[in-house]
Amino acid sequence: MSTYSVSDTAAAAAPRTAVTFSNLSGSYGVGLAASLVWLAFGLSCLYWPDVGDWSRTGSLGIGAIVIAAFILFGTFSADYLGGAGQALRKRAPWLVAFGAFVTLWEVATAKFAWLPLPFFPPPQAILEVYTDDLPKLLDSVFASIKLQLGGYIIGATVGFITGVSIGWSQKIGYWVHPVLRFIGPLPATAWLPIAFFTFPSSWSASTFLIALATGFPVTVLTWSGVASVSSAYYDVARTLGARPSFLVLKVAIPAALPHVFVGLFMGLGSSFAVLVVAEMIGVKAGLGWYLQWAQGWAAYANMYAALIVMSLLCSGAITLLFRTRDRLLVWQKGVVKW
Amino acid sequence: MVVQSAAEAITYPAVGAELDIEGVSHAFDIDGATLPVLDNVNLSIAPGEFVALLGPSGCGKSTLLRLVAGLEKPRTGALREDEVRITGPHPSRVVVFQDPTLFPWRTVWDNVALGLEAQGILKAQRHRVDAVIDLVGLSSFRNAYPHQLSGGMAQRVALARALVNDPKILVLDEPLGKLDSLTRIAMQSELVALWQRKGFTTLLVTHDVEEALVLANRVIVLSDRPARIKADIAVARPYPRHRGDPYLAELRKQILGLLGLEATW
Ligand SMILES: Nc1ncnc2c1ncn2[C@@H]1O[C@H](COP(=O)(O)OP(=O)(O)OP(=O)(O)O)[C@@H](O)[C@H]1O
Ligand SMILES: [Mg+2]
Repeated sequence: MSTYSVSDTAAAAAPRTAVTFSNLSGSYGVGLAASLVWLAFGLSCLYWPDVGDWSRTGSLGIGAIVIAAFILFGTFSADYLGGAGQALRKRAPWLVAFGAFVTLWEVATAKFAWLPLPFFPPPQAILEVYTDDLPKLLDSVFASIKLQLGGYIIGATVGFITGVSIGWSQKIGYWVHPVLRFIGPLPATAWLPIAFFTFPSSWSASTFLIALATGFPVTVLTWSGVASVSSAYYDVARTLGARPSFLVLKVAIPAALPHVFVGLFMGLGSSFAVLVVAEMIGVKAGLGWYLQWAQGWAAYANMYAALIVMSLLCSGAITLLFRTRDRLLVWQKGVVKW
Repeated sequence: MVVQSAAEAITYPAVGAELDIEGVSHAFDIDGATLPVLDNVNLSIAPGEFVALLGPSGCGKSTLLRLVAGLEKPRTGALREDEVRITGPHPSRVVVFQDPTLFPWRTVWDNVALGLEAQGILKAQRHRVDAVIDLVGLSSFRNAYPHQLSGGMAQRVALARALVNDPKILVLDEPLGKLDSLTRIAMQSELVALWQRKGFTTLLVTHDVEEALVLANRVIVLSDRPARIKADIAVARPYPRHRGDPYLAELRKQILGLLGLEATW
């Protein structure tokens, strides 16, 4: 009895004990490795001369060492940092991998120039873009967000309303369905030339195209969602005294919502494609235009910098949509986590 | 008739409605062929009566209930509630379907509140929802979603969703079919107590002869498809009834014989 409780408390106390030799290879080991990798990256920036002339090598090195220090601190005090500590511990292997990747990147470009140089800039060149070309990049980000948001909201709203209408009313379906079948599958970018000379501005033309790219999948999936609602739900609601408006708003739409979200995801993906093409060709603003502009000047570092921002924005938009869905569809079990 | 005396043996407030089924026949079209389901069904149910429908599987019991609910129109004949022809669904006739069909996107509370919300009277009547959830013993699950409930609990929520509307006619399609035998017996006495207290007219479909005899004033035995009324049996016994009652045992034997199941008895 007493031996049992002694060993039990010893086991429970273990995670709190000070750093011991066996701990180094366990939960602390990975964090320590991550810290060392980032330290190596930082030192390579500071003390190993570049083959070219980059102004931000020193700052990058200092930044990497600061990151290494943070990882080191976080690793050894993870138990006292609550959720952040746990998150760091969980991501430690990724920090090792990512640190190794940037180190390799640095060595392969700035130190040995194994990769052909103007096309593969080193990390410090990209950092330079973020520090020196920030205003232009931010302008582009805001222009892209504005265009994307406007087109997406219009497209999603129109698509949702159209989908509900044709799913609900056979009469509306009779007229809209053939039009949808004829126009819907056409890639929105095919409209580009026509849109740019029929619309008053390239901005409104692009908004229209993004809305079109969003609207089609949202319409089709909302429609199929509404059409596949089990008639048993309507029977229940009707025997309880529900009017048609109640059947649409409180039965058909909530039941179709999982399908609607699939449509919203698909619409988001295809509207990103349209956004970039529209910005490259028509609108003289936004990240797509920035990419095009950077290519014209052979500013490859700017292109990579813009690509990274773009990927963060797209990923952020998808995350936001997933969060919204998880909140609205808590009643569903086993939903995919992004 | 015997039915009348059985109904008069129990006193209840007559809030229930009278239900008349007059020469009702119904059929479905399946792949161009016509499948007759109901064949000239005549049935008159007095206000506050508790009628059980027994019949072989697939004979048309649920179909008859859909007609009573007003979800479908009969091919011939008419149904009347308090002399008024039934032309569509109305919250005075509430159905508990064979499947609970709870709305998965609504919590237990919101599912039960459905009828009041649909009629636009929920704001003033929220206490009724709480009361009826307590009644079916699910107070600690009012915020649960349907996928978090057991089959029997879901069936109880469906019952609560019907009862909260204070129906004049309660239509039950095997509401206790999915419950374990213990819960089932408890729910049966709950149902009788409720019916005696509220006085609604009840039309219950069941596969269980004993359940029909313990609950109903009157048992209707239907034939194979297309369903016709084979027998109309009054159960003149006061409540609470005892399963071992020799009178009920005799009726049970008689009904099983009508259903062609005497061999199993
Ligand atoms: N919507 C429909 N379309 C076509 N046929 C139907 C429809 N609904 C029911 N039927 C048919 O009508 C017959 C009676 O069905 P019903 O559901 O009324 O049977 P039931 O007596 O309730 O059976 P159970 O006891 O198994 O529930 C069945 O043969 C079924 O195939
Ligand atoms: Mg049935």
